[in-house]
Amino acid sequence: MHPFEGDGTEIQAAPVGAVPKKKGKLTARLWRERYLYLLLLPGLAYFILYRYVPMLGNVIAFQDFSPFQGFLHSDWVGFAHFRKIFSDPEVVRVLGNTLLLSLLQIAFAFPIPIVLTIMLNELRSEKYKRLLQSILYLPHFLSWVVVIGIATIFLKTEGLVNEVLHALFGAEPTAFLQEPGWFMPLLVLEVIWKEAGWGTIMFLAALSGINPSLYEAAVVDGASRWRQIWHITLPGLRSTIVILFILRLGTVLDSGFEQVFLMLNPFTMDIGNVLDTFVYYKGIQQSDFSFGTAVGLFKSIVGLLLILGANKLAKKYGDQGVF
Amino acid sequence: MRHKGTLSGRLTDGLNVVLLGLLALLMLLPFYYIFVVSFVDAKEFSSSELILWPKNWVSDAYDYILSSKEFIRSMGVTIYVTALGTLVNLVLTATMAYAITRNIWGQRFYVFLVLFTFIFSAGMIPTYLIVKETGLIDSYWSLILPSAINPFNLIVMRQFFMGIPDELSEAAVIDGANDLQIFAKIILPLSKPAIAAFGLFYAVLNWNTYFGAILYLNDPTKWTVQVVLRQLVILNDQDTLASAARDAALAGELPPSETIGMAAILLATLPILAVYPFLQKHFAKGVMLGSVKG
Repeated sequence: MHPFEGDGTEIQAAPVGAVPKKKGKLTARLWRERYLYLLLLPGLAYFILYRYVPMLGNVIAFQDFSPFQGFLHSDWVGFAHFRKIFSDPEVVRVLGNTLLLSLLQIAFAFPIPIVLTIMLNELRSEKYKRLLQSILYLPHFLSWVVVIGIATIFLKTEGLVNEVLHALFGAEPTAFLQEPGWFMPLLVLEVIWKEAGWGTIMFLAALSGINPSLYEAAVVDGASRWRQIWHITLPGLRSTIVILFILRLGTVLDSGFEQVFLMLNPFTMDIGNVLDTFVYYKGIQQSDFSFGTAVGLFKSIVGLLLILGANKLAKKYGDQGVF
Repeated sequence: MRHKGTLSGRLTDGLNVVLLGLLALLMLLPFYYIFVVSFVDAKEFSSSELILWPKNWVSDAYDYILSSKEFIRSMGVTIYVTALGTLVNLVLTATMAYAITRNIWGQRFYVFLVLFTFIFSAGMIPTYLIVKETGLIDSYWSLILPSAINPFNLIVMRQFFMGIPDELSEAAVIDGANDLQIFAKIILPLSKPAIAAFGLFYAVLNWNTYFGAILYLNDPTKWTVQVVLRQLVILNDQDTLASAARDAALAGELPPSETIGMAAILLATLPILAVYPFLQKHFAKGVMLGSVKG
């Protein structure tokens, strides 16, 4: 289902004797493959320079890094910054915000594409289905600036939403974007608006693998629509749901920097500041590089552990997992 | 026909059709509203009536934006970064994807290097420091190089290359072609539709990027259109388009800031809407390619 899986089998299928034992043979092989290496080189250089060197750069989380001394000459402080993560009340609050937001996203935004997929799958007209898909996918391609720009226009005190609420219920205008209580619900709604349609694409692909004769047989057996959904459609989606859920767990501490950053304002900072934005404010704006890196590294490691753990759990309960 | 045509079955069907239609409307309505209001004149905008259709269409907001140096410049920057960035994206992704399709020495290791970045990322600060060390701060390359390859796209493109039958390149080897020639003369021509699809995807990513611009560009004259849009619409900072504001104030005809914001959103989204039909033709295939077992 996912690239990992395809590659896993592919890797194992590679011949065991692929690495030559003798040095002379290796040189000959490298010479034979020199043009392929030429093609590999730019991309490999990119991965090393902009993906792996920064990973090593995480050592500054264990230092009091100063750009003037460089990471070779900065003082080592061990785990001091990591201890601060759990003792600094601000970080603890930010961590809580991050978890609450993820929980809300998983509870409300994650299931919606599944429901949408089932609804689309029940449509009889292929034409209507395709028309809906092209409309529902569109918001995915808009930038977060545009989506939140639109939200800002609609939600300000003199905006359309307040106008409509006033006309219908005589409600007093609400400053939705400045109201801390509205911050997280708005983030969830924005994610749903932008990504719910696009999210169906993986599930619809999974459904295209279901043999139509299953439904025909079910009709012959007198199964109702709901029984067909329960016994054919949902089982067909199961492994995709599990895989996407595992991947989602791996990003529990990611909040989507752009969206949250663009929505934050002084009124919502207490409820809205999450790890991603905290790292930016601390590390970049206040130049506290080491502490910012420590928080970022903590985030990455927790993400890695969660994804490996969830994968193991999925396998234990009979699903394929991601790798 | 999967369901019997019972009354309740048809009712459920109808409800489903209507509900989905309403959802689709929910996606389109914001655009409709922004579109019509961006053409409304100041007088009608300040009236308390709900605007469903402008009484008379005026392009004041558009004239205002297009007369501002700042907006035009940011569009220019974004077009430049998108064009150059997409070219870099495609070259680096295609060459590496092809190289790790072939059974070269260390192939498994290179694939692992790519896949590992899916589950572990370096983090914002170390990446920022490397971008700084490589001298890219305040250079347009800072929007291009740190995101030169999208690992997911790389894997999907590799999957695509693996689907090309080996016989084609084997025949070329017999004719004395080397690997570069095979890549350029056999693989790439066969992959034109795929390359076009990836190009569109990358172009959209580049056009929409905001994160890199605020992280790596301090100089406001280098702002991309997304940054200008944020200043103008989200922060409501009318000085963003200072040059137009000055002229309009002199002439005494400043359009309402809301209609300016809406017009700016539409102008910045126009390129995405223009390529969307082409994107749509490709993406279902593209995403499925990645999800089907290699």
